Amino acid sequence: MLGEGILKGMAETAKNFFGSYFSAERLTTVEYPEQRIAPYEAARVFPFLVFDGSDWEAGMRCVACQICEKECPPKCIFIEKSKDKKPDALGKQQFYPARFDIDISVCMSCQICVEVCPFEAIKMDTEYELSTDNRFGGLLLDRRQLAKSNQYYHQIHPAEADGVDARLAAEKAKADAKTKITAEAKTAAIAGEGA
Amino acid sequence: MSIVFYLLAAITVAGGLAAMLLKNTVHCALALTVAFAGLALLFLNLDAQFAGFAQILIYIGAVAILVVFAILLTRASETPKDGVFSKTWLAGLAVAAAVFAVLGWAVMQSVRVLPHETAVPEVTVQQIGVALVGRYVLPLEIVAVLLTAALIGAVIVAMHEKVGHEKEEGK
Amino acid sequence: MSQTPFFENLDQIFVLLQHWLVSFLPTSWQPAAGVLLSVAAIVCLFPALFALTTVFERKGLARIQNRLGPNRVGPFGIFQPIADAIKSLTKEDIVPLSADAAVHFLAPLLLVITVFMGFAVLPMGRNMVLVDLDAGLLFYFAMGASSELAVFMAGWSSRNKYSLLGAMRAVAQMISYEVPLLLSSVAVVMITGSLSLTKIVEAQNQYTWGLPHWYIFTPWGFAGFVMYAIATTAETNRSPFDLPEGESELVAGYHTEYSGFKFALFFLGEYVAMFSISGLGTTLFLGGWSAPLSFLTWIPSWIWFFSKLMLSIFVFIWMRGTLPRLRQDQLMNFAWKFVLPMCLVNLLVAALWRFMGDGWLRWVFCSAILIAAYAGMGLGEMRRQRLGPRSYRYAE
Repeated sequence: MLGEGILKGMAETAKNFFGSYFSAERLTTVEYPEQRIAPYEAARVFPFLVFDGSDWEAGMRCVACQICEKECPPKCIFIEKSKDKKPDALGKQQFYPARFDIDISVCMSCQICVEVCPFEAIKMDTEYELSTDNRFGGLLLDRRQLAKSNQYYHQIHPAEADGVDARLAAEKAKADAKTKITAEAKTAAIAGEGA
Repeated sequence: MSIVFYLLAAITVAGGLAAMLLKNTVHCALALTVAFAGLALLFLNLDAQFAGFAQILIYIGAVAILVVFAILLTRASETPKDGVFSKTWLAGLAVAAAVFAVLGWAVMQSVRVLPHETAVPEVTVQQIGVALVGRYVLPLEIVAVLLTAALIGAVIVAMHEKVGHEKEEGK
Repeated sequence: MSQTPFFENLDQIFVLLQHWLVSFLPTSWQPAAGVLLSVAAIVCLFPALFALTTVFERKGLARIQNRLGPNRVGPFGIFQPIADAIKSLTKEDIVPLSADAAVHFLAPLLLVITVFMGFAVLPMGRNMVLVDLDAGLLFYFAMGASSELAVFMAGWSSRNKYSLLGAMRAVAQMISYEVPLLLSSVAVVMITGSLSLTKIVEAQNQYTWGLPHWYIFTPWGFAGFVMYAIATTAETNRSPFDLPEGESELVAGYHTEYSGFKFALFFLGEYVAMFSISGLGTTLFLGGWSAPLSFLTWIPSWIWFFSKLMLSIFVFIWMRGTLPRLRQDQLMNFAWKFVLPMCLVNLLVAALWRFMGDGWLRWVFCSAILIAAYAGMGLGEMRRQRLGPRSYRYAE
């Protein structure tokens, strides 16, 4: 029929108009900032440093190996190694970063730093409301601002955090088993020597 | 000869004078529109509703726009360098005086012939319509044929230009 | 139809109000005061309606496009026009240096004046017409034609190539669609036998078996209404014919060099023209202030008029949200090659309707002619334009 296209179009828009009062499918607006879309599992914005426990300095997983600094494509990470060492999660004495700065005006959220970190120390955050009125350093986050707890990590990426915790627990179990074997071998050797 | 008539006459004459004296051609066209409006209001002052509104519809709504388009599509939109008065103004003045004499004589004659009527006859649109298709049907049809001829002519002139352009580009 | 005194008074409430207010003045001043009061009412009411319509348009378009409209200023964004008015009044009035100052100033003025003049002949209720002219329809179209000059003046005085182009296109479009507009109204005039709008409404204010004699319920009236609606959309530069206006969103247009209050005046002029031409369409085809069913005549007449007016406005908004914009040449082709011949056929059919006398035969005959003409011309146009599903060729 002639003019049928116009009528079909008008029916569709009428459906849109009336449907927008009833179904969410026909009204997809989210009134930011009163409403927010919940970030999904794989969302990522800028990196942050994970710490275990409640003390951010003592529990920080980062050992200042500087792999992420070297791998970062736009070179937005600045690390200064400490002079002394502190014990890490497995009990070994490790360096820690005296300075860990990320310039988030440069960071391109490629997640390469997360992928290469051997210590599960740096992960992607989902915080995006980072505007500041200080243009000369407001977008340079230091390690205090970057340090966030493992509970927070569980909140934003539950599945990923569970996986990381499982891996770390497995490593700790292996290390414990190794120390137990070496300790038993030592006691056996001492006992053997004594005998 | 009420004050309304003098006011409207002043507007019309001022519009006509401005249409002649202004330098910018589009301003002249707009002043001419003011003169048309003055004429329409004069018709309305005489209770000739159909004539007045038809004047606005046709002259201001179509003819003025036509004049303005014609000015824009030709080179007349640039202000003239030599001033607005032409060299042959004496002959123009003579012709205008002659036309004015004829028109003035015709008006004075008609005023003398028709007696002063106290009541203005109510001319409704229906009466005009009946007259147009009754007594004046031949002029109506001739005007219609004339308009059709003009329309067809315009279409042909526009078409020819396109064909002419194509021929030139083909060379 | 006998009505209770209460509903009769409600129907004539504005007339009674006017008489009461005017009775405070000496007798010699009363007619002029009455007219001034009506003029003031029109000048206050329609801009208020315009403010409301801007909110409805933005919210309506938004809902059609799956989004919310303005909803921050006042509940559901009702006070948004106040914010817009304050914004447009406090903006700097920029006039380009090389622009023609006098014409630049007069253009929005002329537009608003001619657009408001059109309301003088619209019957907005029983006994509620400002001036009952014998040639009312002609007056209305005369004012409509004058508003085109204002558009041209605006575009030319800006000394801007794009403004001028936009203005020329707008004027060409308005002139082209003026002819179908007039011709579709002429069919109504032919059947009624008068150019007076009050008589046209009274001719439609009759009922058979409860249904009214509105002209839209006749074959020629329905076709005429469709042509009138198309011509109206083009006259007021609304989507899908808003290329002169859409250009101003994209590049420029005839009101590009206007800022602040003058731009607001252009906007006001466009919307008030929409009201006025919808009002005329209601009067000509939808029965003006008459009720749709004979047992609903107790509802005041002005409520019916304004409901039909707002319904037309909603249909305008609906069309704007639905259809894409037509290109200038498509628009002109449509006007001269389809709408105009259909209007001429409609005139013939209206004449046939009148002379065939009452009965079912004239319904069948007239409908058949109109449908045949529509189908024939439509298919012919489509074949000439080679419309159909597109086939794509991709690079190998």
